Amino acid sequence: MEPIIIEGTTKTPTIRFDVREGIFEIKGRSIPENSVEFYKPLNEWLDVYMQNPLDKTVVNIRLEYFNTSSSKCILDVFKRLESIHRAKHDVEINWYYEEDDEDMLEAGEDYDSIIKVPFKMIEIVE
Amino acid sequence: MSFDLENLITDFKSRDAIFYFKGNIDSDVINNALDSVELKLIDVKENTRLRKKVYNVLVESLQNLYHHADIVPPEFDASNPDKYGIILMEKLSDGYKITTCNFISNKKVSGLKEKLDRINGSTSDEIKELYKEILNHHEITEKGLGGLGLVDIARKTGNMLDFKFARYNDTYSAFYLSATVNNEKSE
Repeated sequence: MEPIIIEGTTKTPTIRFDVREGIFEIKGRSIPENSVEFYKPLNEWLDVYMQNPLDKTVVNIRLEYFNTSSSKCILDVFKRLESIHRAKHDVEINWYYEEDDEDMLEAGEDYDSIIKVPFKMIEIVE
Repeated sequence: MSFDLENLITDFKSRDAIFYFKGNIDSDVINNALDSVELKLIDVKENTRLRKKVYNVLVESLQNLYHHADIVPPEFDASNPDKYGIILMEKLSDGYKITTCNFISNKKVSGLKEKLDRINGSTSDEIKELYKEILNHHEITEKGLGGLGLVDIARKTGNMLDFKFARYNDTYSAFYLSATVNNEKSE
């Protein structure tokens, strides 16, 4: 299937979900005023991917900032990943946070407690 | 405690602000405010923890204004009356204070006050649970509003939210909200 690649801006993250390369990542800043509109294409892409996923999907989330409206949209992304996991496919989420960014670590732990997919918290040391 | 919106604005002007804006809150204003404050925080070499907390609280405060400010009463003198708001950021001895002010419909005052009182009456663990509860169970609106903004501000600052309402006329009130982010506050 065709990859979904969205270049990042100062308020929206870079999104790259590419089946052929085995790369699934969201990185940068996610603070748009209208997050639903921004995440819609990714969630639609995942709805198709869910039908025929790879044996193993490793998703890297490397966000510097995200606002509360993005937090709901990111949860929607994770719920789709949870469905893939529930259908007996391997899914892993790597949640990156900067050293000293306790809020980003806690945000990852929130998702880990809500979503039944293995989460790995990875500290980025500068 | 009541206050007068005009006096409040005058007070704001007289203070030593890191960032101050009064007027129509649109996407460009939000971008400029975020860029300007981020550069200042980097310039004074604030630590990562404080810098990120302040930036996050500023994002939520600005977007609260953008999404929730009601239209300005017709008799109030404002050049761009669509989403009129005031934003002020001040440096404190051990952190930063972010204050916003906007008009809201009187009908919304009691609901908003109830929500703020609930947040202020909660422990940090309760706020964390409330955040997760809203995140996981509440429906998101078309605009992407999930009702998480105020809870997130309280959670990230670890402080009570300072707020006031002042009745402007029979239809509108002014809503003042202030959040303080301290350096190295233990959660």
